[in-house]
Amino acid sequence: MKATVHVTLKPGVLDPQGQAIGHALSGLGFSGVTSVRMGKFLELDLAETDRAKAEAAVRAMCEKLLANTVIEAYRVEIGG
Amino acid sequence: MRAAVVSFPGSNRERDIVMALERASGRKPVVVWHGDAEIPDCDLIVLPGGFSYGDYLRSGAMAAHSPAMKALKERAAKGVPVLGVCNGFQILTEAGLLPGALMRNATLKFVCRQVHLRVEESQSLFTNAYEKGQVIRVPVAHADGNYTADEGTLKRLEDRGLIAFRYVTPDGRAAPEANPNGSIRSIAGIFNESKTVLGLMPHPEDATDPNAGGMDGIGLFKSLVDALH
Repeated sequence: MKATVHVTLKPGVLDPQGQAIGHALSGLGFSGVTSVRMGKFLELDLAETDRAKAEAAVRAMCEKLLANTVIEAYRVEIGG
Repeated sequence: MRAAVVSFPGSNRERDIVMALERASGRKPVVVWHGDAEIPDCDLIVLPGGFSYGDYLRSGAMAAHSPAMKALKERAAKGVPVLGVCNGFQILTEAGLLPGALMRNATLKFVCRQVHLRVEESQSLFTNAYEKGQVIRVPVAHADGNYTADEGTLKRLEDRGLIAFRYVTPDGRAAPEANPNGSIRSIAGIFNESKTVLGLMPHPEDATDPNAGGMDGIGLFKSLVDALH
């Protein structure tokens, strides 16, 4: 079973990389981008076949290692 | 004072800290490899600077879960003092031994230069050789030194005197131009609740030789020697 994890800075945490990307986009003529937030994307292959168990396991992984919950939020999707 | 320095793949300041500890204490510290599940009996454990595990995932994130860190946590819980410098500070926050987090520098640039620090608290194992309010000059060298924490944590740090050092101008004022990385409230180093754990981004160990970088950092090591013998 596949799991995907998105890790992003929490709303309100300053994201200077996202800001720099936003400036670069407007410099390239892409107007109207009001905000860019940058994050990480992880793909996991799991031996687990039970959806609920897989999701619980990946959430535990996020809490313990994949995200730093002081500054980051995460979103888990189970599929495939 | 018997010190143990934990070295990780990617640590690169362990020699600097070993030299500083030896200069202050007259005893050579033991260097422990990250995979060692045991840390020898000692009075102080140090996490040096560098780029453990290539800063993969987040600075300090992988190192925080290594076997040596498990041993370190057990010792810290028993009150053995722990010092984390630069990457060591990042590892201590990732391991939950210090609150808050260290984010990418606000400038997005690696910063390597001398900074001025104000000693905010001299009543500790780590800072008793300094005067409260004293300004010292030491180097920084990091990309992820932008300290942040939630308001509740910051208030607790302030109220309980757990902020060890702040980035300041040479005359001792906290100001944006003196802050090399955008750290909230110009915080450069913090203690845990019992003041037995100190994490800081600057490198006091690289200001312990009159011929290289000055001597302003030696006070931290002298404080430890004085407190721990």
